[in-house]
Amino acid sequence: MKRPWRWLIPLAAVPVLALLAYGFRVSPRDIPSPLVGRPAPAFALATLEGAPLSLASHRGKVVVLNFWASWCYPACYEEAPVLERNWRGYRDRGVVVVGVDIQDKREAAQKFVGDLGLTFPIAQDLKGTVSVDYGVYGVPETFFLDRQGRIRVKHVGAVTDDVFRATVDRLLAEAGSP
Amino acid sequence: MSRGAFELFAALVLLGAALSPAAAQTAKPASEEVVHEVATQLRCVVCQNLSVADSPSEMASQMRAIIRERLAAGESPADVQRFFVDRYGEWILLSPPRRGFNLLVWLLPLGAVAVGLAATVALVWRWTRRRRGVRPPPVAVDAAMSERIRRELESGS
Repeated sequence: MKRPWRWLIPLAAVPVLALLAYGFRVSPRDIPSPLVGRPAPAFALATLEGAPLSLASHRGKVVVLNFWASWCYPACYEEAPVLERNWRGYRDRGVVVVGVDIQDKREAAQKFVGDLGLTFPIAQDLKGTVSVDYGVYGVPETFFLDRQGRIRVKHVGAVTDDVFRATVDRLLAEAGSP
Repeated sequence: MSRGAFELFAALVLLGAALSPAAAQTAKPASEEVVHEVATQLRCVVCQNLSVADSPSEMASQMRAIIRERLAAGESPADVQRFFVDRYGEWILLSPPRRGFNLLVWLLPLGAVAVGLAATVALVWRWTRRRRGVRPPPVAVDAAMSERIRRELESGS
């Protein structure tokens, strides 16, 4: 018996293979944030030492807002020296690095800061409200804010020197320098 | 005496002020049922395949606290859901909304089931029709062979 359409049967696998080929190329961690381009949510938290730390106090600067936790190994341990190095290099040029410690214990966070010799301001988000305001779903995540206080870039995973410099240089080069 | 009364009054005022946020919350408590209902529709952000209601993680418990707080402040469950979608995008919803490109997710399985059913019906129809139409040719068995079959059946080997 002749079945002229038989060769079409293997073709049914093509859409499935195409879907898989697409799916395996896309990282499940690259989730577009609806916050990019929007004003950064304001917050007023306390540092690990209990001093007040608000986003508003850094208005007019390029802000690198880094969400981290002491249990986030190894990514947070890799990027902390990068953040510290660039904070020292850029702090006189209107750039501030602000760390937000989330889902963490104060002692563990203080040990992390001491061990890695971090000197940039670090706040603790004890209730998780700031994490939710920024749509944070893991650590580390870093938001680059322009001088007008808008979120311009969201970086998921450890920040490297290249990412830090390229992004901050671009934001510094924009109009609106003080 | 009057000074003692004043101190007591001041202490009561201070106590009242300290308790007022708590009092405001207990005045209109969010029912745990509604909190749970909202939480089941949200993805636990640190575990990806669990809902905020099912996850034991600290992040999920903080998100449940936020849901509870916003409901107690008078927001509707839809408002609370929008609050999270505004911050996380539609990714936070465990089931994608039924519109636009997302409709594919809802319609493709239905389409696949329909195609599968149609194929099954067509195949079954064809197989049964062929058996009815064309009889298999009778197998020729001579006397010696049928004698041998009978013997082997009876010996049970």
